Amino acid sequence: MNAVESILTPRPEDPRRVNAIEINGLVRQFGQLVAVDGISFNVQKGEIFGFLGPNGAGKTTTINILCTLLMPTGGNATVNGYDVVRDRLQVRKSIGLVFQDPTLDDRLTAEQNLRFHAYAYGVPKAERETHINELLQLVELTDRRRSRVVTFSGGMKRRLEIARGFLHRPSILFLDEPTLGLDPQTRRHIWDYVQSLRHKEDLTIFMTTHYMDEAEFCDRIAIIDHGKIVALDTPSNLKGAVGGDVVSIQTPDQEKAILELKERFSLTPIVQNGNVTFSVPRSDTFLPDFIRGFRSGLNAISVRRPTLDDVFLKLTGHAIREQEAGAWDQVRTMMRMRH
Amino acid sequence: MRIGDHLRGVWVIAYRDLLQFVGEPVRLISSFAMPIVFLIIFGAGFNNVIGPLAQGVDYIKFMYPGIIAMTTLNNSLMSGVSIVWDREFGFLREVLVAPLSRGSIVFGKVVGTAVISIGQSVVMLVLAPFIGVDLTVLLVLKLVPILIIISVAISALGVLIASRMKSQQGFQIVVMVVMMPLTFLSGIFFPVNNVPAWLEVLSKVNPLTYGVDAVRQVFLAAQQLPAGLPANIPGAPASMGVTVFGHNMTVLADTLIVAGLGIILLVLAVVAFSHRD
Repeated sequence: MNAVESILTPRPEDPRRVNAIEINGLVRQFGQLVAVDGISFNVQKGEIFGFLGPNGAGKTTTINILCTLLMPTGGNATVNGYDVVRDRLQVRKSIGLVFQDPTLDDRLTAEQNLRFHAYAYGVPKAERETHINELLQLVELTDRRRSRVVTFSGGMKRRLEIARGFLHRPSILFLDEPTLGLDPQTRRHIWDYVQSLRHKEDLTIFMTTHYMDEAEFCDRIAIIDHGKIVALDTPSNLKGAVGGDVVSIQTPDQEKAILELKERFSLTPIVQNGNVTFSVPRSDTFLPDFIRGFRSGLNAISVRRPTLDDVFLKLTGHAIREQEAGAWDQVRTMMRMRH
Repeated sequence: MRIGDHLRGVWVIAYRDLLQFVGEPVRLISSFAMPIVFLIIFGAGFNNVIGPLAQGVDYIKFMYPGIIAMTTLNNSLMSGVSIVWDREFGFLREVLVAPLSRGSIVFGKVVGTAVISIGQSVVMLVLAPFIGVDLTVLLVLKLVPILIIISVAISALGVLIASRMKSQQGFQIVVMVVMMPLTFLSGIFFPVNNVPAWLEVLSKVNPLTYGVDAVRQVFLAAQQLPAGLPANIPGAPASMGVTVFGHNMTVLADTLIVAGLGIILLVLAVVAFSHRD
């Protein structure tokens, strides 16, 4: 259990760096439901910060508070040094947003959407058209700039939204599930755009995602469950805290096997995708004795390095991917295709 | 927040509404459909049955100014339709997280909607020669400010209703329940003086009645009536215009009532739209 305790304690941040986002004891209640339950953490300037959690864990509520769409019921937060309740307009000027669901005007063209955004954020005239041209080029939509957005595919809309989110040169970019429902190729592309934007300026990125391979790109990750932060660290530290190697076994009698693993081997097994899974410090020395001595029977055995999925499972007791394929996301993906 | 920021908000919201309107010819055509259908069917149906309401003013000439006002009313409610639409399709979030005050968003919506609906009402004036209504420059100059005031009031009403509505269906229901009776009770289709007392009371507490009356008086004043009779001879306004406690309402008094209503609705719309969860 030491491993879990060590990742429950957030690592101290580098004091030389300035914080882009500071959150102190933030609470948001909807009637009886506590969606965000007193969370506190800082996001440093220039980092890619991942915010992970199952649906309904409080991710979107937190983002809505940070981007001033929702009032907190307790605690406070600053974004780019501005208070999210008192200095709303300053906060909004500092941030760019790419939401989970599309927020484009379908009936306008790509460049009209961008121009609206430039006017709304008061982008100076001298910069406006050059920014628009540059960004359209970056997301490879230059040849479709005069097409109405209603004719775009889901991936094209997403690219346009990322370009738009960056148009007023925000210092913090919020990406709420930027690649949800997109095919792997488009997902990789979008990630490339985000990376290239980040390297151009000192941009801070605050993102949520269901995809653990994307979470690996983050400098640090906070995991939220039931409105509380359950872990905050770098991806490699989080994985290190799970243990050395992850062993999965298929066995004829799972309950018996779990009991035996607990009592004879002093392990903490869990069931994941129909397999009994546990972690051991070193599988090369552990496995020979284990295979010889295990009484509950083995059909198959596999060993791998821990992934963020394992971290997630260990901390929250459920796999993030089970949530991902939920009915709601399927509906949402269909809605997105329809739009 | 500086005044420039507010103006930018008004401009950008209105700009986008105009841009969207220009890009969609279907909406342009459909917005004329209902008034023209009313004009043709009611006009043809009732004109011979009812006979002149005053000397030289037959039913279709009576109804036409009302239809102009109705065009403004219906199109002004688009402010609300567009907000609910944007909420459903997500674009409202783009607007709400932009560094624009809620008040400037409401005013931008009202300005954009008013410009479009005034334009549509003015286009309806091309029908005037076909039904024998005389148009003068003075008439148009008086008409436009009145239509602007009506449109601002109703656009604000649209925003007010839409600020709490989540779906198109919900908005349409409210429009049906609120706007249909108000439209029919506003004196567009019949004079509100010689009707049963209950109907007269309902019509005269309806603020739209005064908007319609102002538009109609401006039209009738410009008509070349036979035998040189001006429209405001005793008898004629009594049968066609609106009287309140025995006083004939003037264009100015009518307009002030609508303007007062407009200010109240604008304030309510800004308050309702600024409310944050």
